[in-house]
Amino acid sequence: MNDLAEIISQNEDRLRTEWIRTMSSSVERADLISKAEMNEQCGSILKEIVEGVKTSGPENLSGAGWNGTRELLSSISASRARQGFSPTDVATFVLSLKQPLFVLIRDKMGKSPDQLFETVWSSTRLLDSLALITTEAYTATREELIMRQQQELLELSTPVVKLWDGILALPIIGTLDSARTQVVMESLLQAVVATNSRYAIIDITGVPTVDTLVAQHLLKTITAARLMGAECIISGVRPQIAQTIVHLGINLEDVITKAKLSDAFGLALQRSGRAVVKTAAAAAANPLSGLFGKREE
Amino acid sequence: MSVQKREVLPVKNSNDVVLARQKVRQLAVELRFSLVDQTKLVTAASELARNALDHGKGGSMTVEVIVNGARSGLKMVFEDQGPGIANIEDALKDGFTTGNGMGLGLGGSKRLVNDFSIETEVGKGTRITAVRWK
Repeated sequence: MNDLAEIISQNEDRLRTEWIRTMSSSVERADLISKAEMNEQCGSILKEIVEGVKTSGPENLSGAGWNGTRELLSSISASRARQGFSPTDVATFVLSLKQPLFVLIRDKMGKSPDQLFETVWSSTRLLDSLALITTEAYTATREELIMRQQQELLELSTPVVKLWDGILALPIIGTLDSARTQVVMESLLQAVVATNSRYAIIDITGVPTVDTLVAQHLLKTITAARLMGAECIISGVRPQIAQTIVHLGINLEDVITKAKLSDAFGLALQRSGRAVVKTAAAAAANPLSGLFGKREE
Repeated sequence: MSVQKREVLPVKNSNDVVLARQKVRQLAVELRFSLVDQTKLVTAASELARNALDHGKGGSMTVEVIVNGARSGLKMVFEDQGPGIANIEDALKDGFTTGNGMGLGLGGSKRLVNDFSIETEVGKGTRITAVRWK
C-alpha cells in the first residue's frame, strides 16, 4: 500500500498546484487567507500524509504515524473556525484534494484496473476520514467559543451598582436560570457586605418572564440578604408581570415591590432618613445657564 | 377546529426550556395576543416545560396555532415518559410539591390558560394540554 505514498511524494509539487487550483474554483477565500500561506499549509499536509501512509498505512488513522496529520489538520481547522470560515469551506479544503489525486493515480495505474480501483478506494476513504477530522476540530473550536461567550455573559450580566451610601441596585437583565441566579445572589450579598448597605434594590425590568422558579430564586436572595441585615426592594414590576404573578398565586406580600426603580430608590432614601429636595438655586448653580442668559442681552 | 401551524421542540435540558419559551412568545406575537396574554402564555409554557423536565425526566413540547371558527388560539402539549402523576387533585393544589419548588407551577399554569387538561398514567408518563384563546 506504499504505492500511494510513493505517488504522492514523487508528484508533490504537481499535486499541490492542482489541489490549490481545485480549491480556488470551489471556495476562494482570498479575503481570509493569503496564497502563500495556503501553499505552505497544503505542502505540509501532503508531507504529513505521505508520512502517515508510509508508517501506519492509509486505513489505520488512529495509528501513531498519523499523529502529525491529525494535529496539523486540527490546528488548521481551529484557526479557520476563528477566522470565520464556514464548515463547508473547511471540509472542502481536504476534499478538494480528491480530484487531483485521482487523476494522478489514473495516470500511474491506468493499465491495471484492479490496482487502480484499490488505490482509489483506499485514498477516498482516507480523505473522507481526514475531512471528518477537520469538521470535528472546527466544531470543537466553535463550541469552545460559545462556552467562553456564555461565561463572559454570566459575568457581564450582574453588575451591582451603588446608588447612594447604603443603597445598592442590582439590575437583572435576561433569563434567570439556576447558574445565573447563583452569580446574582453571590454578587449581591458580597456587595452588601463590602459597601455596608442597608437597602438593596433588585430591578427586574429586564427579566422577560417571572415564573415560579424565578420567583423562588428572588425570594431566596431576599431572605439571604435579610439575614445579613439588608432590606430588599423589588422594582420594575411591569403590568403583565404583575398579573401573571397573581394568576400563578405567588405570594410576594412580605416583599416590598415597586413599579419603577426611581420609586424604589425614593423609598430607600426615605427609610434611611434622607430626602431629595428641589432647590430654587438650581438655575444659578448651573454655570451654563448664566452664560446663555448673558448672550440674550 | 383546524391546525394552522405546528412545531415540536425537545425539552431535554434547561436550555430547551428557554427555547420553548422563546418559541411560544414568537407564536403569541404572530397571533397578536395582547402583551398580558403573551406573558401568561410564556409563563405557563415555562412552568409546564420545567415540570416535564424536572418531574418527567424530559420530553417534548408541541405548539399549535389553532383556529375554531372566528377564534384563534395557541395550543401547547407537553409530553413526557416519566413516572406520571399519582394524584392529579393533589398535584393541582397550590403549595403541593414532590420536588423542592414552590408547588405553584401546575395550578398556576391552569389559571394562566383557558383550557387545561392532564392525561397521566403512573409509570408511563404524562401529557398536559393547555390552550389559550385570543
